[in-house]
Amino acid sequence: MLEVNPGLIVWTIITFVLLLLVLRKFAWGPLIESLERREEHIRNSIERAEQARSEAEKMMEENRRRLASAEQEGQRILTESRALAEKLKDEIVEKANQQSRSMIEHAHHEIERAKEAALAALRGEVATLAIRVAEKILDETLDEKRHRKLIDSSLDTLPVN
Amino acid sequence: MPFDAARIAGLQEYLPDSVRVTSHTGGGGDVGGDIFGKLLQHVRDSHEIDTPWGELSLPHYPPVSIGGVTIDLSITKHVLFVWIAALILFTIAMMVGRKNRRAMVPSGVGNLIESIVVFMRDEVVVPNMGKGGVRYMPYLLTTFLFILFMNLLGLLPYGASATGNISVTAGLAIVSFIMIQLSAIREQGFGRYLAHLTGGVHWALWPIMIPIEVLGLFTKNFALCMRLFANMIGGHIVILSFIGLIFLFKTYLIAPASIGFALGVSMLELFVAFLQAYIFTRLTSLFMGLGMQAGHAEAGESH
Repeated sequence: MLEVNPGLIVWTIITFVLLLLVLRKFAWGPLIESLERREEHIRNSIERAEQARSEAEKMMEENRRRLASAEQEGQRILTESRALAEKLKDEIVEKANQQSRSMIEHAHHEIERAKEAALAALRGEVATLAIRVAEKILDETLDEKRHRKLIDSSLDTLPVN
Repeated sequence: MPFDAARIAGLQEYLPDSVRVTSHTGGGGDVGGDIFGKLLQHVRDSHEIDTPWGELSLPHYPPVSIGGVTIDLSITKHVLFVWIAALILFTIAMMVGRKNRRAMVPSGVGNLIESIVVFMRDEVVVPNMGKGGVRYMPYLLTTFLFILFMNLLGLLPYGASATGNISVTAGLAIVSFIMIQLSAIREQGFGRYLAHLTGGVHWALWPIMIPIEVLGLFTKNFALCMRLFANMIGGHIVILSFIGLIFLFKTYLIAPASIGFALGVSMLELFVAFLQAYIFTRLTSLFMGLGMQAGHAEAGESH
């Protein structure tokens, strides 16, 4: 059982070496190469994915920041415009009030003046009428000048209205 | 063969007459030693192979004389099984190699072979030999799978383990020896390789040290050769012995036990087939790694 057969050794070595040479060229070489390529590919993919993830995270953070600032800006604009509107409203109301007051005053003046004018006209008319009536009654006995003074004084005692 | 037959025949004399086996099938009525002889024939190399259609004779060439050495290059049973293993490995590896170049994602057998390749690279080659060892991957992969297929062929009906023949394991060990020396010389340079053989001791001790170191180079591979051979043939002999018990006791009552044990040992053999192929490859890679790194380690390192 322990006898060595040199022929078998030779055949074994020949077979093994041929097998090794052929497989190294056509099987193990490409296999190991493709294995390394695949590992490289996977490593790259993971790296890229990691990079993309961190980029997306950064972008999201940026978006969140922008959103917050936009909200703040909107709030600010709203507040500002509200204040502006308030001020504008106050101004307009104030102006309208003033205008209305001045218009009322103006109207008062107008009325006063018209009344005065009417009273003056009335007074003149009444005096003339009274003189005419008195003339008629007394007939030419009385001096016109004296009478006018008399009537005027009596009229002054009358109440204004 | 005469050695074994004689021993078993001798053993027969110590057995009581009642246990003696007379040939079951043959009409010759010979001693039971013939049965063991015939069973052992199964693990021994021969010029005939068993097939389901009977025994076939293999061509017998006259010995060739090369440089004064006479070599019988006849195709024996074990040569045939070496070739069958090589053919199976060749077919699978070529299939995987071609398929793998096209597809980025492996599938089927490709996956299996790839996992072996990755295991070899990450668990055996790189830890033992460093990154530079990847260059020797094709050799180690071929060794592992070639031995594995030869081992497994012995477990098939009509099959034989070529690795159960010391000449085959010697051939593998010789290739391993050459690879170990070549890788050491390649990584260290020839000068450092020779310097390593002195063991780094004082020059006066060189006459002792150099033979020891040179012997050390050979014993590693001698051990590889013997380990693989003994493990493979041992399992087969155990299985055959269990089967042989049936003939020895000449009763079918023993058959269930025999078959049960033989089945158990066969399963163990299945594991051993993988284990021994792995050990051979792993040790080769370890020795190559030691040789490659010896120059970097401090002088006087012993192994």
